[in-house]
Amino acid sequence: MSTQLRLDALRGSGVIAKPHNARTIAALTRNPGCTRRAVMDAAGVDKDKTAAATGHPASIGKLSPLAVARGQGFEARVKSQGGAELLRLLRENLGLPIPQAHYLDLGGDDDSVIGGRYLRSRSALAASADSGPDAGTLFDHPMLRLQIAGVWVYLEPDMVAFRLEDKFYIIEIKSFAIVDGVADPGDVTRAAIQSSVYVLALRNLLADAGHDPNLVADQVILVCPKDFSNQPTAHFVDVRKQLTVLRRQLARMADIDRLLDSLPDGVTFDLAPDAHGLPTRSAADLAHALRSVEARYAPECLSACELALFCRHDAHDAHSTAALGRTVREELGGVDCTSTAVALGTGTLVPTDDLVQAAETLRAAHALRTAILGQLA
Amino acid sequence: MSTLTSYARALAAETGQAKRLGTVRHLHVHDRPLVIVPLTLAGETNAPVAAMAGSQHDKPTVIVAGQPRMRSKRLDFAAELAEVVLPFITECAQRIEYVPTGRDGSEMRTRMADAPQLWVPNPGGISYLRMLGRMTRLRKTVGEYAVPLPVPEMGKWLTWFAEQSEFADTSLLQATTRALSGVWATGQSSVEDGNLAALMAWIAPPPGQSGAQAARRAEDPVTCPPAGPSTDPTFDAVVLKPALDAIDKATSDAARARLLQRLADDLTGQLQPTWDLVWQAIEALRAIPAGNHVPHRWERDRDNFGGYYQHLASDGRPQARRDNAERSARRLNDLERRLALYDAQRAFDDPMVMAEYRMGGDAFCGNVIHAEPDRTVKPGNRRQLRPLIVVQTTDPLRLLPGDADLTDQQRPKQTATILDVQHSGTATHVTLELSGSMGRGLTATPGSVPERGGTVTYSRLRTGYSAPGAFPDRDSIPWTHGGPPAQHIATEDDAREEWS
Ligand code: SF4
Repeated sequence: MSTQLRLDALRGSGVIAKPHNARTIAALTRNPGCTRRAVMDAAGVDKDKTAAATGHPASIGKLSPLAVARGQGFEARVKSQGGAELLRLLRENLGLPIPQAHYLDLGGDDDSVIGGRYLRSRSALAASADSGPDAGTLFDHPMLRLQIAGVWVYLEPDMVAFRLEDKFYIIEIKSFAIVDGVADPGDVTRAAIQSSVYVLALRNLLADAGHDPNLVADQVILVCPKDFSNQPTAHFVDVRKQLTVLRRQLARMADIDRLLDSLPDGVTFDLAPDAHGLPTRSAADLAHALRSVEARYAPECLSACELALFCRHDAHDAHSTAALGRTVREELGGVDCTSTAVALGTGTLVPTDDLVQAAETLRAAHALRTAILGQLA
Repeated sequence: MSTLTSYARALAAETGQAKRLGTVRHLHVHDRPLVIVPLTLAGETNAPVAAMAGSQHDKPTVIVAGQPRMRSKRLDFAAELAEVVLPFITECAQRIEYVPTGRDGSEMRTRMADAPQLWVPNPGGISYLRMLGRMTRLRKTVGEYAVPLPVPEMGKWLTWFAEQSEFADTSLLQATTRALSGVWATGQSSVEDGNLAALMAWIAPPPGQSGAQAARRAEDPVTCPPAGPSTDPTFDAVVLKPALDAIDKATSDAARARLLQRLADDLTGQLQPTWDLVWQAIEALRAIPAGNHVPHRWERDRDNFGGYYQHLASDGRPQARRDNAERSARRLNDLERRLALYDAQRAFDDPMVMAEYRMGGDAFCGNVIHAEPDRTVKPGNRRQLRPLIVVQTTDPLRLLPGDADLTDQQRPKQTATILDVQHSGTATHVTLELSGSMGRGLTATPGSVPERGGTVTYSRLRTGYSAPGAFPDRDSIPWTHGGPPAQHIATEDDAREEWS
């Protein structure tokens, strides 16, 4: 069976693959060791619906309408008047030489033809790479693409700027503030990994068009509100590290056949929806299918994967130490199970050869607790 | 995290009950703390929506910024919060005490007899106060964009509290989840412990439920609204956004007042559960005995409070937007010194903390099986008293012969050097040479040296005074290092800064 057919079978009859975006691709890198997530994402399974159908609806991905409105308002402001304010920022904040620049909107009247917009973006960006060094351009609404597990995913970065010191720059507009030059590190990391998706896609596009992919800077330009105002400010963010992580995960997904080979025959996440779109498949049956694919739950999943509550439930049933945190598992000597860890600590379980050293540490921990805490332990 | 705390988590997960991490708590719990539960508008930078504040559980003050998207309303909000915060601070500064000082303790100096202690639900609450402080402290009280005097005054204090909270050892500003996590291990991850309701559910589950069961229930944002400062996205969609839109569009003052009242009620509903949880947490922590050094650290907190109070009275300029290099360097040095001291004090106050060092091999506890209290050596031309003891321990020792400067808490000024380490079966025999604090002559004062049969714990931890790093006076910083740092002067621009 071809890869595509196998993925279709996983997703189920007549269901359209859920498209990826930069955010979901960025999330892929959060738990690279998880096969369950890798195959579901490769197949474009709607994990949100799947999670709900198992009785463990997702807790992530809910956005406050207030935050959305603020984000949209800020982006519109930055882009207004042909990006005039943005150009000023690039000149003044970042010291980029932009003698003059024009603004090119690559968004089309017919955005339903995504492929068309990609081709339009490609020819415009490639032409720009050919042009003289004195013409700066801000490309708005560009369309890029990236292959995830053999499927093309179309991506829309906020903006692309060319040419600033002979480089293409991805511009990412975010509505979290940079106060006195400092932003929340978590927010910056999330923005960096998301932008690295665009960097990679833009590099592929240039390579496709016969240009040097290294024309794309491995720094992105992050545009955020300054202090407590609506005024934008711009900073460079280095995304080299994120690019490495991303490439590794995409290579892993490209090798999806190997992961698919490891699945039992006939497994599918088809919800078999009725005429109203409600799943007819039983929660137990669906859970059984999910469990046939190996997962690797860790607390980080809670903010990165729609299936987190389902997987957490299973991890708790299995008394998983990793569910308490990856470092907890390590500090318990790599023991997988809390019940094993405690049994080794209290000495009611004789360790197997590989756990002799872990058992020694756990016994010491247990002895210290009982000796010192007594009743409290 | 360490093996001991991780093991406690495993135990908690297995039994469904939170487990104590130590024998004592290491933070001071004030008789009358000030609790602040803030809520902020999602997606904005420090746009206050509402807050519950006060120093009595049953008498909260509820402050609501009816139109948080309007800058003037935000400043009104700040002014209202200042009415709670500033009187509280002033009240704590009413009494001073006299403490002996100078070489022989014959001179006296003053110290604040009390200091304010602030509690917020979680670390996000601390960031919120820091931002609110940053936003308000640079405002001017005269001229264009003037704000009421208490606004920048509170801004300076909130900034000060947020700065203090970066020191590991202070009790001035507490994030409740962090304070609880220092005392109890739960059977969930630290990510989940960030949810105050779930954390408290583990520690004090309702009757008939295990901690694990109660924690799962506490994760439902409908029954347990998030502890902020961000509100629940569903609450935003269903209640907050429609209410704010309606208030903006209201055609009469009466209609607006009605809408505001309804919104205030809804926001109170979001705040109240967290407010109750913070007070419940404070009570739970108060019930745990305090470590021996807790009062000492609180004295220093009071000293620092008095220092800043004085500073505001005499100078009153707000903190700069950013630290200059000199101040950053001093601060870093202070952070490190105080952390090292705090680590040592906790280890001495709590054998479970010391046990961490013992498991790591950096400390050992055992029995003295042999003692030569009157041993002398003659390295040069003078004979010196250097008693010798042999300690038998089962701790996994990582220290080696030649390692010096070890001390036992019972004799803080006496140092030990390891001469020899011998393993016999599961036990280890450590031979130590002692010096200092045993009298002047060539015989040790009785009791000054550990005796045979006694229990000792040796480590490199110290609680004595450690000198601050040496920094040049601000005026003598050479030009190669940028010269004397510029003094921050708040400008008109600072006062005009947008808050939109
Ligand atoms: S939640 Fe489950 S499926 Fe998702 S990444 Fe984690 S372990 Fe994998």
